Amino acid sequence: MSEQEEDHLVLPVSHPSPGAMGPTGYWRNFKPVIDQEKCIKCLLCWLFCPEGTIIRHEDNSVSVDYDYCKGCGVCANECPVNAIKMVPEGEEQ
Amino acid sequence: MLVELVFHGRGGQGAVTAARLLVGAVHREGLEGQAFPHFGAERRGAPVRAYARISDRPIRIHEEVRRPDIVVVLDPDLPKLVDVTRGLKNNGVIVINSKTPVLFNGYRAYFVDATGIALELGLIVAGWPVVNTSMLGALAKATGLVSIESVMREIKEYWPGRIGEANARAAELAYSRVKKVE
Amino acid sequence: MTVKLLTGNYTVAEAARLARVKVVAAFPITPQTTIVEKIAEMIEHGEMDAEMIHVESEHSALAAAYGAAAGGVRAFTATSSQGLLYMHEVVWWVAGSRIPLVMAIVTRAIGPPWNIHVSHEDIMDQRDTGWIISIAEDNQEVLDLTLQAFRISEDPRVYLPAMVGLDGFILSHTTMPVDVPSQEEVDSWLPPRSPGPYVIEPGSGVIMGNIPPDEDYMRMRKAMQTAMRNAERVIMEVEEEYYKLTGRRYGGLLECYRCSDAKYAVVLMGTWAGNAKEAADRLREKGYPVGVARIRYIRPFPSMLLREKLGGMKGVMVMDRSVSMGRGGPLFLEVAEALRSKPSMMSVIAGVGGVDVGVDDISSLVEKFIGKVEERGHVYIDEYWYGV
Repeated sequence: MSEQEEDHLVLPVSHPSPGAMGPTGYWRNFKPVIDQEKCIKCLLCWLFCPEGTIIRHEDNSVSVDYDYCKGCGVCANECPVNAIKMVPEGEEQ
Repeated sequence: MLVELVFHGRGGQGAVTAARLLVGAVHREGLEGQAFPHFGAERRGAPVRAYARISDRPIRIHEEVRRPDIVVVLDPDLPKLVDVTRGLKNNGVIVINSKTPVLFNGYRAYFVDATGIALELGLIVAGWPVVNTSMLGALAKATGLVSIESVMREIKEYWPGRIGEANARAAELAYSRVKKVE
Repeated sequence: MTVKLLTGNYTVAEAARLARVKVVAAFPITPQTTIVEKIAEMIEHGEMDAEMIHVESEHSALAAAYGAAAGGVRAFTATSSQGLLYMHEVVWWVAGSRIPLVMAIVTRAIGPPWNIHVSHEDIMDQRDTGWIISIAEDNQEVLDLTLQAFRISEDPRVYLPAMVGLDGFILSHTTMPVDVPSQEEVDSWLPPRSPGPYVIEPGSGVIMGNIPPDEDYMRMRKAMQTAMRNAERVIMEVEEEYYKLTGRRYGGLLECYRCSDAKYAVVLMGTWAGNAKEAADRLREKGYPVGVARIRYIRPFPSMLLREKLGGMKGVMVMDRSVSMGRGGPLFLEVAEALRSKPSMMSVIAGVGGVDVGVDDISSLVEKFIGKVEERGHVYIDEYWYGV
């Protein structure tokens, strides 16, 4: 394309990729901690996480991508067996 | 050459279709045409108007026909309700659907019993005698604007099959029966 | 080519069929309705291979056509008046997304009070949206503009949606002969739709319309303006190629009728331009050197052409079929800016809401205007309402 043609084609389009805004994990005040013994692998946390930061493993167990988790607590709220606790940042065991 | 026509009818009588068919018929004879309804909220039974323009050159005028050369009246009762000769040029032609002669002073008037022809041919749609195609036949004879052959061909192409045949026959009968009011 | 007797609306339907439109989504509104009725009939009879999406409003109609076009197919819709206002939010979305799409606008007055007749309020209201906006004088041009709109909108130098205007009733419901090219002829000239600037489809991972930095937003608006400038050239090229196919061309953004030796011109757009041409002929018989400059594209606006063709004239009268409340005739204002008001000028607002304006009306207005200019020298009449 010529330069002019590029000038006329600035598009309102983006391509999704992890962390386009940089690591957002530091926005967190509370972090979700999963008790793997209580977890029944229902995957509700994985479905409900608005940021896609619940990582689903092959055996359907789950863990949290703390680089991007913003600590909203939706996962803990949805967990039917209270396997996820929201712990103040820096106070986890 | 520019000939302007007004068709007076009642909503549902086919005044708009008559204008459209006339344009199709003259187009077969190499003339340009334009057909359009009077722009209003048309209601079945209420007085309506349609317009046509015919010319030997492409038509670029788009305005209501204000000074028609020819007026066609599809319903015998309409002159009681509307001024059908409004704007009609002096010595202009008026063709009316009527059993009996109707005199319009200052104009060349023609009459034909289009309702009678429709009843005779069983041309009745939704309880209404179809008069628009007869009136085109009468118009062809009264004015010489277009040949009856072109009118009939256009009608048959517009409604292929039996309906077109019957309507073309109606036009042909009206062509042979229309009379000048002396 | 075959000559068919068609109403303006049926002509639009023919053009959509010939363009091999694949998706049509529309909602009925007078006087547009018979366009989509005809298209539905063509699809039903197997004459057109397209999907008709039934929707519950004009907002959804354009949204559905937009979605289809973003998916990479040729899409079409049509509307009028209140319907166009109701879809106005999506009108901006389509243009901002740079999606090629064609929409017919059957011009009609906006209520209240209720009025179904020709007026240019609805189409003039779209000027800032980023759509290419054209408007036809007769049914033949409706066909020509609609077919060309697909080529222009899908051109990689443009990638903007296009509206084609035709006047309510006085074109939409008027039957006239139209020279219709064959499918083979159109196919030889209009290629299948290009993918466009991007395609939204399952698995493609594209986010459209996400919040960008403010500077990027502004850059996108500037890019659309650049695309509009490109469109000026593309419109000329497309018309030239169409001329080779059909033998018809009109002059691109602006049609000039008897302007070259004219000292006075009438500027207007749409169907009543035919009346103005007839008036110009009659005025010339009386010795008045009058021409007609017909705006064919409201966007991009033919500022340069107007300056070139009309800049040296003694007087220019602009006829508007709408009004920008609190300011005046919108077409007049744009023409006055283009001409830097060098000639004497007069703004006439007429025909709003379908008030009939004929040849005699226009010639008497021009005659009066010329009289004023000859009597006083330079005049500038910035608002004159005719007919009420």
